[in-house]
Amino acid sequence: MENKFKPIKSYGIDKDKILRIYQSMLKIRYFENKITDLYSKGLMPGLAHLYIGEEAIAVGTCANLTEGDFAISTHRGHGHLIAQGADLKRMMAEVLGKETGYCKGKGGSMHIMDVSKGILGADGIVGAGIPIATGSAYSAKVRGTNQVTVAFFGDAASNQGTFHESINMAAAWKLPVIYVCENNLYGISVDIRKITNTKDIATRALAYDIPGVVVDGNDVLEVYRVTKEATDRARRGEGPSLIECKTYRFKGHHVGDPGRVYRLEKEIEEWKERCPIKTFRERLIKEKISSEEELSLIEKDTKKMIKKAADFAIQSPYPDKKEAYEDLFVEEKGIEAR
Amino acid sequence: MKIKKITYAQAISEAIDEEMQRDKNIILLGEDVGILGGNFKATVGLYEKYGEWRVKDTPISENSFTGLGLGAALTGLRPIVEIMFSDFIMLAMDQIANQVAKIRYMSGGQAIVPLTIRTTLGGGRSSAAQHSQSLQALVCHIPGLKVVMPSSASEAKGLLKTAIRDNNPVIFFEHKMEYNKTYEVPEEEYTIPFGVANILKEGKDITIVGTSNQALKALQAAEELTKEGINAEIIDPRTLVPLDKDTIVKSVKKTGRLLVVDEGYERCGVAGEIAMSILKDIFYYLDTPIERLTTANLPLPFSPALEFPIVPDEKKIYQKVKKMVIGGEV
Repeated sequence: MENKFKPIKSYGIDKDKILRIYQSMLKIRYFENKITDLYSKGLMPGLAHLYIGEEAIAVGTCANLTEGDFAISTHRGHGHLIAQGADLKRMMAEVLGKETGYCKGKGGSMHIMDVSKGILGADGIVGAGIPIATGSAYSAKVRGTNQVTVAFFGDAASNQGTFHESINMAAAWKLPVIYVCENNLYGISVDIRKITNTKDIATRALAYDIPGVVVDGNDVLEVYRVTKEATDRARRGEGPSLIECKTYRFKGHHVGDPGRVYRLEKEIEEWKERCPIKTFRERLIKEKISSEEELSLIEKDTKKMIKKAADFAIQSPYPDKKEAYEDLFVEEKGIEAR
Repeated sequence: MKIKKITYAQAISEAIDEEMQRDKNIILLGEDVGILGGNFKATVGLYEKYGEWRVKDTPISENSFTGLGLGAALTGLRPIVEIMFSDFIMLAMDQIANQVAKIRYMSGGQAIVPLTIRTTLGGGRSSAAQHSQSLQALVCHIPGLKVVMPSSASEAKGLLKTAIRDNNPVIFFEHKMEYNKTYEVPEEEYTIPFGVANILKEGKDITIVGTSNQALKALQAAEELTKEGINAEIIDPRTLVPLDKDTIVKSVKKTGRLLVVDEGYERCGVAGEIAMSILKDIFYYLDTPIERLTTANLPLPFSPALEFPIVPDEKKIYQKVKKMVIGGEV
């Protein structure tokens, strides 16, 4: 596999934004490295599904979103949250089950939500976010706004009924939604190539008569370009698109899975060569967009941010046990509906 | 109070119409709710009045159009989703049980889900095993959903308006056998609060709690029972979640007997749950063991000769009560 990149300048993105894109990918990578560390030290309850290797998709896509837009995340959701600018401290605290976390310790790694950033949930049921995203797009259409919704989901979700049911409705009603399939080739251990006949999931777009695009999911600028076209199209009222981002998770299904029983070492190594962060860094220097010094400084700063977030989370208290009984319903006086 | 006579289906349609007129963020979606006016004619005229975006005929995709309703609820609308038969909520069960019911809690209270899901229950139409079930127990089991079981048309109207205005997910069960019946309904606008049971008839010998139209059947049975000298108290709980236990407890303390009637299945059902949830408060006041009357633990059969014998009705209530109060075989 060879990396064929277009010159960065050809994308017409200003340097500030380019560096923000780079830093956003770094935040995700460092955040999850820290999680792995905390998990191995026994500081993290449960599990977390790592996005390491797939950072370019969330960052490239969310770089197109503006205030008021929506996104639905998945069980592998840290990347989407961070790309949308979620607070690292509150995220880390949630991962550790602390009261200062986004969900006060009720969601954990898999269900971090930030309504203020347009993140309408992170779903632990594969494919379940797709109809919810479709509904948020329906809502924008009824309310007459120009808000766009992004539905992130994996290759495995494309074999759920919700994929078909939702895209069918969005296409029929020209809803402003982008379906971004992060094809990392494996649903836990099952190779998509063994359970699905089509080479590309994006070809299914033909069945709904909407655009279907395959893109290198490890090239952040290509992801940006393709999702920009889809976002613009959605805002123009021309309906949904299906974008398939070819990618790979460097880690196993979750922090406790080495991910090696069902994958060849050679395959893992080849994809690591195509690391979205490493290759982007090389391009930034080679094409003289940035310098070794400048990027090192960004990396140092980002590491500090992650350390602060981890310290905050570790030092935060666990929620009081009474918290388990809160937030089931919107409080309404005189009604006890538990 | 001025009274008019309308059908149960018209009462549903009026409730939705009044609310849609009041709040432009309310939308209605589901199978055949638009041009046809609903499979049970409970949404007639709304499509013509509010247009194809606020009244949407959906494809037959229960799970995803329920999820669509959730996504719309999270982003500023107040959707009413219709699932034609409660049998079909099985197809939407992931969205109902794992998404709609949980997203507020999982998000630590960030999400607000003003979503009403209307569906139907009840046998009696020779519709066989997949179009006759009363699956209220399934949704009652899941924390995070309010569950409403109206009896008459006036109850349905007032409770549905409350459901639509509620900022939480509500599952609203309409009884198929009631849609075409005519009832007296108040002319002026009204709502009925959740969690407040309705005492349909006061009595001293036995408390009958009847969900949905079983409350009305109990009332019919009670009339016959007076001829036997039995004075039954009839309670319509209106909402199963939240459940007004206090009213039931107070009643049983007075009567010393409790029969719960629910058209769902008996096993792990609503009738058993209502009884058990108040048992500790009434145990020492009971003159006879608590009884329940439900649909037998069987798929609903097609032939009327088979179907009617296994679902509760006024005759079975009458017999059960007589046995509980007078004793012996009847």
